[in-house]
Amino acid sequence: MAIEDDVLVIGGGLAGAIAALSAADADRGARVRLVTYKQSTLRHASGLIDVLGYAPDGEGPLADPFPALEGLPRGHPYERVGIDAVREALDFFDGVVGDAYAGGHTDRNALVPTHGGTVKPTARYPTSAAAGLASDDRDGLLVGFETLPDFDAPLAAAHLEAAGVPFDCRGVTLRFPGIVRDDAKVTRYAHLLDRNERVGADALEEAAITTDGGEIGSRDALAAAVRDRLADETRVGFPAILGDERADEVRADLADALGVDVFEVPMGPPSLPGIRLEEMLYDALEAAGVRVTSGVPVVDYETSAGGSDRIARVVVDRHGAEIPHRAEQYVLATGGLVGKGIEADRERFVEQIFDCHVPHADDRYDWFVDDVFGEQPYARFGLAPDHELRPLDANGDPEFANLRAAGAVLGGYDYAAEKSGAGVSIATGYVTGTRAAEESG
Amino acid sequence: MSDAERSTDERESSERSRDAGEFEPIQVFPEAEEMDLRPGADDCYKCSTCDTNCPVAEVDDEFPGPKFQGPEQWRLKRKDDHDVDESVMKCSNCMRCDSTCPSEVPLSQMHNTARGEYVEQNMSKFSREYLRNRILANYRRLAPLAAAFPRTANVVMGLSITRWLGEKTLGITSEREFPEFATETFREWWAKRNGSNVSNPDKRVAYFHGCYANYNTPEVAKALVRVYERFGYEIVVPEQHCSGTPMFANGMLEDARRSAETNVRELASAIDDGADVVASCSSCSMSIRQEYPELFDVDGTGDVAANTWDAVEYLRVHEDLESALEGTSVGPEFDEFAYHAPCHARNQGLDGQTLEVLDVVEGVDVTDVGDSCSGISGTYGWKEENYETSMKIGEEMFEHMSEAGAAAGLTECPTCSMQMEHGTGYEITHTLEVLEAALVGPNAATEST
Repeated sequence: MAIEDDVLVIGGGLAGAIAALSAADADRGARVRLVTYKQSTLRHASGLIDVLGYAPDGEGPLADPFPALEGLPRGHPYERVGIDAVREALDFFDGVVGDAYAGGHTDRNALVPTHGGTVKPTARYPTSAAAGLASDDRDGLLVGFETLPDFDAPLAAAHLEAAGVPFDCRGVTLRFPGIVRDDAKVTRYAHLLDRNERVGADALEEAAITTDGGEIGSRDALAAAVRDRLADETRVGFPAILGDERADEVRADLADALGVDVFEVPMGPPSLPGIRLEEMLYDALEAAGVRVTSGVPVVDYETSAGGSDRIARVVVDRHGAEIPHRAEQYVLATGGLVGKGIEADRERFVEQIFDCHVPHADDRYDWFVDDVFGEQPYARFGLAPDHELRPLDANGDPEFANLRAAGAVLGGYDYAAEKSGAGVSIATGYVTGTRAAEESG
Repeated sequence: MSDAERSTDERESSERSRDAGEFEPIQVFPEAEEMDLRPGADDCYKCSTCDTNCPVAEVDDEFPGPKFQGPEQWRLKRKDDHDVDESVMKCSNCMRCDSTCPSEVPLSQMHNTARGEYVEQNMSKFSREYLRNRILANYRRLAPLAAAFPRTANVVMGLSITRWLGEKTLGITSEREFPEFATETFREWWAKRNGSNVSNPDKRVAYFHGCYANYNTPEVAKALVRVYERFGYEIVVPEQHCSGTPMFANGMLEDARRSAETNVRELASAIDDGADVVASCSSCSMSIRQEYPELFDVDGTGDVAANTWDAVEYLRVHEDLESALEGTSVGPEFDEFAYHAPCHARNQGLDGQTLEVLDVVEGVDVTDVGDSCSGISGTYGWKEENYETSMKIGEEMFEHMSEAGAAAGLTECPTCSMQMEHGTGYEITHTLEVLEAALVGPNAATEST
C-alpha cells in the first residue's frame, strides 16, 4: 500500500512550496503532498523576492524587469513559461504572503540596502525592510552589534554613501543588551526580542544603559541603547534579527520607543527573513490542506509496467525503510547545486532522483572559466524543460509524461548574476503546480 | 590526508600525471579505522542552518550550538591538545539539527560520540553528576523495582520529601512529578493473556514496547496489540532492554552498547522468524533505526534498523489504514486534541502522520501546535540545572497548546507527554489509543486479562 495523493511535490523550498500551494489552489479536489528532505535554502536566502535585477548580458541594475524579460534567450525559465505566467505567479505569491511583503504596487524594481552596503534591485521585499529603501531620501542610522560581526554598520553605511544613495548614512556599533556570547545565534537575538525577555542590571550596565533601576524588557533596553546615538536621522536600520514570530510587534515597539521608523537590513545566512518566509509558506500549506512529509528523502522511482514513460510511484527512504508514495502527477523542485537536487562528480552533473538529462560539455575543463566573476557555464547547468516545464531527455523528448520541474533544478539561467532566483522559483513553481493539478483530475 | 598536508612533491607529481592524461581523483581521506567523523566535518560549509534550529541555543546563553558541538569540535580536537568541551552536556539530543543540515553532516552522531568521549575521559565517575546521569540513563534498571511495588513507589515518589531529597542529593529537579508506575506492567498483562490472540505466519510483528509503555503506560501497548490484532497480525513480544535513548543523551555509550546488543540479537531473531519490528515510542524507533547503525557495529544492526517501523506508519504502508478508518468514530472522551509532533518523530518524517491518519475519524478534532520542541528531551529536563532551560524551550508549545482550543494533548513520545502535562495540566493521549477506540471500539479497554 503506497501513500496516495494526486499531486506529489518533491522539494520544500520556495519553488516546491509555491508548486504545492498552486496545485491545492488550482483544483480544490486535488490531494497534494509535499515531501522535503533537509531544510531548504530559504534559510540561506535574504527573503527578498527578485524577478530580474540584471539582464543576462550584465546590463543593470534594471529599473523595470519586465521589458527585459522579453529579450531573454531561448531556454531561460522565464522564456519557457512566458511573461503572463510570471505576472500571474507574482499575483499568486502576493496573495499568499499578504501584508508581510511590499512592492506589488509596481512593476518596477525596488532598491534594498544589503548588509554589505550594496543596493539590490528586487521586485518584492519584506515590509520589515520597507523603511530602508535606498530610493527614500531620508537620512538613516545603521546600528550594528559587537557580537554580530556579519553586519559592520559603519562600513555598510560608508559603502552605501559611496554607492551614491540620495541620503546621508551613518553607522554605529553597540553592545546588544542581554547578549553575552560572541557567537550567539541569530535566533537567540530574535527570541530575546520576541519574548521581550527581561535584561538584568549587569547586562544593562555592560551595554552602557542607565535606567531608573532594576531590569527592563529587551525591547526597551535596545531602544535605550540606540536613543543616545541617534542624531537627526528619521529612520534606523538594524541587522535582520528583530524577532521571529512577533517581528512586527518588535519593530513597532522599537519605532514607538525611538520615535523614528525602524527597518531591517537583510543578512547573509542564516537569515531570519528567509526563515520567516519559510514559516509563512508552511503555514499557508497547512491552511491549504497540503500534506507535508519532511526530514526524509525521495531516493528512487518506478515507472508503470511495460516500459511506460509515466512515473508510477516514488520511494521515500525513512531510515532504511522504503515507503512508496504514489501520485498522478509529480513536481521536481529539489534545487540545484546548492540545494543538492543536482550533484556533480568529476565526470558529469547528475539530477539525483530521476537521473533527468543535464546538458553540459563533456570535458570538465569547459565547465568553468578562469575569471571567478566571469560568465561561469556551470552556473547555467540544470534540466532543460519544454514549455510545460517537463524535463527533456538528450533527444529533446519529455523524460516522463507526468513529471515537471521547478526552481533551481532547472538550467538556462544564472540566478546569482541575474538576481532572478526567487522569481524563477515562484514562476516555475506556479506553472508546474497549476498544470499538475489540472492534469491529475 | 588533506591536500594541505600533502607535500609539494606529491602535489606536483599528481599535476604531472594529469598532464599525462592519467589523473585520478585523490582519495582525500584514508579509510577510517575507528570512530572518525572528519569527513563529516568537512562537509560542513558553515551555513549555520543547524544553529537556527537548535532549541537550546535559542534560550540558553551558555550553549554554543550544534555547529560547534559537531564539526568545529572535531577540527579543534585534531591536534589532541583539546578536550571535548563540557558544553556538549547541554545538548538535549533532540536531533533536530540532523534533518536540517543541507550538507548531510551527521550532527547528532558527532554529538553522541563527543558526549561519550567527554563522559569517559573528563567526567569523574565519583561525581554527583555522573551518578545522577547514570541513574537517569538506566531508568530501565530501577523501574522493575518500582513496578514490583507500584503503589508504594507512587506514594514515595510523590512525597515532597522524596523530591526535595532528589534535588539536594542527586540534582534531579523537584519541580517535576515522577511518572506513575502502573499496577500491572504490559509484560505481566501479556503473560497473563497468554500472548497473541492471533496466529498468522504471514503477518507477524515483533513489538518493541520500550520501558515506558511497559512500566508506566501499558494502555498504549495494549492499544497497539488490539489494533494490530484487528488487522490480523500475530504479535510477538521479544525480550528487550532499554532502546538506549537516555544513555546516548547522557554519554553512557557503553551502557547503550550493551542494551543495543541485547535488542539487536532478540529483534534479529524475530526478523528471522518472519516478523517486522514495530515500536510505539518515537524515540525507541529513532534509536534502533538511526543511532544503532551510526554508533555501533553489532552484527545484524543494519538489518534490524531497516526492518523497524513506527507502529502507525507500518499499518499505513502494509494495510489500507485510511479505508479501515473511513466511517469510524470515537466517543466524547476523545474530542479535541492539541497535537505535538515529537522531535524524534519529526526526524523520521512522521510529523504529519497523526493528523493525516485521524483526519478521517469522526468525532476527533486534532490541531497541530507547530514545530517547536517540547523542551524536555528525555532525561534532559529532569536535571536541576536544565529545568529552567527546558521550560523556556517549552513555553512556545505551552502557548500554542492553550491557543489550540483543546483541553487534552496528543503525542507519541512519553517524555514529551510528561512535559505537555507539566506545562498545561492537560491529560495526554497516544495516537494508538485513539486508533484503538476507532477501530476496535470502546469495549476493548475492558478486555478481560
